[in-house]
Amino acid sequence: MSRILVRGGRILDPTTNRDESGDVLIEGGVIAAVGEGLDARGAEIIDAEGGWIAPGFFDMHTHLREPGQEYKEDIASGGRSAVAGGFTSVACMANTHPVNDDPATTGFILDRGRHESPARIYPIAAATRGLAGETVTEMSALAEAGAVAFSDDGRTIQDGGVMRHVLEYSKLVDGLVIVHAEDCSLVGAGVMNEGPVSTRLGLPGNPSIAEDVLVMRDLMLAELTGARLHVAHVSSGVSVAAIRNAKERGVSVTAEVSPHHLTLTDEAAIGYDTNTKVAPPLRSAADVAACREGLVDGTLDAIATDHAPHALHEKDLDFVEAPPGLLGFETALPVVLDLVRNGEITPLELVRRLSTNPARILNRPGGDLAVGSPADLVIVDPERSWLYDPAKGYSKSRNSPWAGQMMQGRAIATIVGGRLVYHVDKGVLVP
Amino acid sequence: MKKSESILDTARTLDAMDPDLVIVRHAVAGVPKRIADVLDAPVVNAGDGAHEHPTQALLDMLTVRQVKERLEGLTVTIVGDILHSRVARSNIHGFLKMGAEVRIAAPPPMIPVGVESLGVKVFTSVRDALSGADVVMALRIQHERLTGSYVPSIREYSTTFGINRAKLHYAKDDVIVMHPGPVNRGVELSHELTDDRPSVILDQVRNGVAIRMAVLYLFSGRKSQSGRGEAA
Repeated sequence: MSRILVRGGRILDPTTNRDESGDVLIEGGVIAAVGEGLDARGAEIIDAEGGWIAPGFFDMHTHLREPGQEYKEDIASGGRSAVAGGFTSVACMANTHPVNDDPATTGFILDRGRHESPARIYPIAAATRGLAGETVTEMSALAEAGAVAFSDDGRTIQDGGVMRHVLEYSKLVDGLVIVHAEDCSLVGAGVMNEGPVSTRLGLPGNPSIAEDVLVMRDLMLAELTGARLHVAHVSSGVSVAAIRNAKERGVSVTAEVSPHHLTLTDEAAIGYDTNTKVAPPLRSAADVAACREGLVDGTLDAIATDHAPHALHEKDLDFVEAPPGLLGFETALPVVLDLVRNGEITPLELVRRLSTNPARILNRPGGDLAVGSPADLVIVDPERSWLYDPAKGYSKSRNSPWAGQMMQGRAIATIVGGRLVYHVDKGVLVP
Repeated sequence: MKKSESILDTARTLDAMDPDLVIVRHAVAGVPKRIADVLDAPVVNAGDGAHEHPTQALLDMLTVRQVKERLEGLTVTIVGDILHSRVARSNIHGFLKMGAEVRIAAPPPMIPVGVESLGVKVFTSVRDALSGADVVMALRIQHERLTGSYVPSIREYSTTFGINRAKLHYAKDDVIVMHPGPVNRGVELSHELTDDRPSVILDQVRNGVAIRMAVLYLFSGRKSQSGRGEAA
């Protein structure tokens, strides 16, 4: 395979805390050397001057909609959108049609990923059969087939007894159980965060306590069972505190937060734009501040987009009927760079949460720039300004609350397994 | 509009008829606003979910002003299911804007979270809420709310939050009683209050005609001047 020299950038490797300028040489799909003034003979040169060279981002929470809802997205379009946002690895949730609750479906997704997607695709299998919240899935067969975690995601397991069994059974395969924490009975008819804004808009409120109650239940069940729990898209300050407290007690828990919950409040729903409808909902400014603090202090380990494409005709319904979810891949980096610009987090620590931690939580390669590691890299220009137009992006859908906004910071090039798969001037290159 | 009907398609269909004015009522908050974002013609919100019912508030304010000859400085107490009420929200905005004090009283599950941020005073005791009030507005309670977990029973609701002559003694002597109709007799209002003074319910109905005529008059023919429609 060819040689690529990524030249003259700020090298950010969270696993060694390396933060210094230099080059990265790639040979045979792996990182061959990292340092200053590397020998570039015969190598394709990618200029990273003024930018960052980092391990490719790893999005551990996405919806690629294949099989079954290819009109929203498929593994090919989702994979292209991912690399255009700097993501080299993507884990996709099980709420496809059919549900990814058997090894054949897991195998299908992996196969499509290998052949159709420029990003690495890692399927997350359902935790219960058919996402019905009743019977534990065949976790050993699913893990064997390549499932990287187990989750019913938005079809949250409401029955505490079933969740206990899911957590207990997952220990058989040392599996990770991911929870989308919402207690349906407390969500009620809620479609946005409950508070002064929902009261003013006259939309049914979904209180943050619906999330907190489920987070606390599952933290206690994780403590009881000793299983590995991961809390998806934390959005409530009370939940951040509960997870921080559980970690201090030694509970085996990790957590993620999404770019939208780090930067947008429920006030984004003023105007009734259904692209601001998401589950859990955009919350108060105090919750956003708590999530940012949790990300910075390490309570929230990872940034995950919850990329959730929906077709135009689905989002063009009233606020109650429109499905929740928004696009994540191509806006994640500029959105979370806000924390760097604000001085809340260093570039190195941001990369740790975008790349290293999700790879470690799912126990997959990536997230480092060690010699011999797969050459999954992103080159970032943190300053570059650009206008985000979802119609010009790679997703099949357009449901973004950031549509039409100026963005600052962008992935300039993305390399997966030593192949340049995206360059900002050329677009997505393979497959 | 039916379920799963595209808002954009609805707006375009209406636009193709080249209307002078469009009146929208919808079960979900925000739909008139989104239609107005697309249409050239002015859009009148005739009630959207638990958000707003602007002409109801206008006719209520007109009714009060006819009796009291002012709005500024009055104390207006709204009693009932505030959580699900667009009438309450529009009246809160309207009466506050005109300089009145607005109080709300409701069973706690029917008080919207953060409602005090709208500028109202919140009560769970009807007696305290009525103390010194110039206007009492009872809201219609939907039957399905009485069978859910919001309140225990019709009897309990009518005892605690139903307005009758005995409770009116806490208010000012010249208090008036309002209701957006139709009244659940014996639930929100006692029979005698529904039919006789100080009830002004039929004045409200009469003023509704005048207010809606005025809105139609003022907004018709505005299309070419205003360009984009506006939600009134």
